[in-house]
Amino acid sequence: MNAGVTAGKLRRVRPRGTSRADEKRRRELVTPEGLTLPITIASRGSRAGALIIDFLIIVFGLVAFHLLLFWIAGGLLDGTPLDVDTAPTGAREFLQILLVIFVFVTWYGYFLVQELGPRGATLGKRLVGIRIAARSGGRLTPEAVIARNLIRDIELFYPLVFLIVILAMNTLGEDMGPLAWAATAWFALFLLLPFFNRDALRAGDIVAGTWVIEMPRTKLAETLSTQGAAAAEGTSAVTGVRYEFGEAELSVYGEKELQTLERMLRESPDDALTAVHATICRKIGWEPGAGDERAFLEAFYAQLRAKLEGDLRFGKRKADKHS
Amino acid sequence: MKTPVISAWFGRGTLVAPPDIASATLRSDRFRLEREGDWRRLEAIVARMERGGLKRISDEDLLALPALYRIAASSLAVARETSLDAATLAYLEALVQRAWFQVYGPRRGFAAWLRGFLLGGWSRAVREMWLDLCIALFVMVAGSIVGWLLVARDEAWYYRLVPGGLADTRVPGASREDLLATLGTEESAVGLSSFAAQLFSNNSAVCILSFALGFAFGIPSLMLLVHNMAVLGALVWLFAGQGLGTELAAWLSVHGTTEIFGILLSGAAGLHIGRSMAFPGPRPVLAAAAEAGQRGAVVMVGVVIMMVIAALLEAFPRQLVEGTAPRFLIGGTMLAFWLAYFFLYRPREAGGEEP
Repeated sequence: MNAGVTAGKLRRVRPRGTSRADEKRRRELVTPEGLTLPITIASRGSRAGALIIDFLIIVFGLVAFHLLLFWIAGGLLDGTPLDVDTAPTGAREFLQILLVIFVFVTWYGYFLVQELGPRGATLGKRLVGIRIAARSGGRLTPEAVIARNLIRDIELFYPLVFLIVILAMNTLGEDMGPLAWAATAWFALFLLLPFFNRDALRAGDIVAGTWVIEMPRTKLAETLSTQGAAAAEGTSAVTGVRYEFGEAELSVYGEKELQTLERMLRESPDDALTAVHATICRKIGWEPGAGDERAFLEAFYAQLRAKLEGDLRFGKRKADKHS
Repeated sequence: MKTPVISAWFGRGTLVAPPDIASATLRSDRFRLEREGDWRRLEAIVARMERGGLKRISDEDLLALPALYRIAASSLAVARETSLDAATLAYLEALVQRAWFQVYGPRRGFAAWLRGFLLGGWSRAVREMWLDLCIALFVMVAGSIVGWLLVARDEAWYYRLVPGGLADTRVPGASREDLLATLGTEESAVGLSSFAAQLFSNNSAVCILSFALGFAFGIPSLMLLVHNMAVLGALVWLFAGQGLGTELAAWLSVHGTTEIFGILLSGAAGLHIGRSMAFPGPRPVLAAAAEAGQRGAVVMVGVVIMMVIAALLEAFPRQLVEGTAPRFLIGGTMLAFWLAYFFLYRPREAGGEEP
């Protein structure tokens, strides 16, 4: 085991410009190269969603398999003149064994095989975009995957079965006694464990040393400085005006505003840019015009970024407009 | 300029040729355009690895993977200090993270893991929890003695301990002949294989439960062990009362040496987790729990294998082989085999995983 290389380090991250709930779920992972990577803990809601999807897949799969077997076994019986009880035992027995083993393998194998794969996620987890990872930052070992999946039975399925039994008993009007309440509290403790810790670890995660994180799927966006007014040194294609901003005008904003502007340029439709255009003009003391907002903003973006990146190379960072 | 989200569902979209490097007015964008080809190649390789393992990747790509990963990682490090393009930074962070999972992901397939497990990993894990094994063994012996004593004092306990369905004619007051008949053999093997499958499924589930309950400081695991062994103690009392102790022991030993050993292991594995959480020593509790949990998981995979063997033994040899001596022979051989495998078989640990 190459401990020096594989064992990454994890630590808490200083909040960045995202919503409060997102910030709480941010962690930092240090790769063996010494690079810090931001990771996000999967939300409890998405994990519950993934589990429900997986559970439905298992249940429907098993029901379909049962129906198939009954269909086959039914065919077996039809072909013989014998009674059901004395039907050819060999074939029926074989099907019975198949059923028992299939149920067992599905129950434990479904999660194991998929989480051991290169994606580290079951079908349900993949659909909601999360995966499991080792909490230590090292490799995800088969032992860890096995451990976290063996625990699932007591923390989830036994409590659910138990609750159903209690509900059934209640409707029948039977007395449950204090033991049942104690057991309920005990199971509830397991079931609700993810709500009592910061990393949303369930019992299986604690025992296995794993956690569930979000799987980022970011596409490489286009370069902004090769298009529109940003590429033509601030010249608008619509009006032919060349926008040029001075030192004083560009030192109004910092990185945070720059990246907000970037997001607007990438995602917002043209009419949404009008308000941004007006705000920036007011801030730098220009008279806001109309009809050429995108070109203005592209030029402003390119020149602001050129200035801030130039400062960056000299070790000066301007986080936002207040600094 | 929004990237259509739906395209992610249909695999790779058409790749647009990146713009000319010289056309970028910003230095950071030129930096990006120069390296973009490598990033996209890395992304394609990683995506293929995520989809279908290593088989579909050409040797050339596989050799390039570590280098491409380091290019992307160093690009990210440089971009953080020189570029303010949030979209590129986010892309690189996601890409490096995805590639990191593949580059430092588990390199051993399931087959290789299983081989390592059978050739030493399993018995090593069992030996590493020797203290818990001793505790669990002690508790099991105590449990069966308690079962015996309880029933010996008051026969009513028998009905509480032994579930009715299992016991049928095996109740206090049954004649010697009745009891002997329950130890007999079947005429033919018909029906025994499905019996074996049922036994396996049931016993494995009990063992997994006993392991999983260890999470609560091991106490429920111990309670489960005590209860199981108390049933055994009650049965032994019943048969010994009619002078059938040896016959029962032989009948039980066929599969019992494997099955009870398996239960012992799963109880010990559960206790191991509980004990390391209660007394983590100098390590943080979570780290201790994770270490013990992974060791326990190894043992539990072995227990499932033992349960398969036990179910086969229980269904076939026990029901078909008659006579005390042959039964003892089978059971004793199994016990000797397990003991030798766990405690005498000590292959040197292989060099571990390759980096």
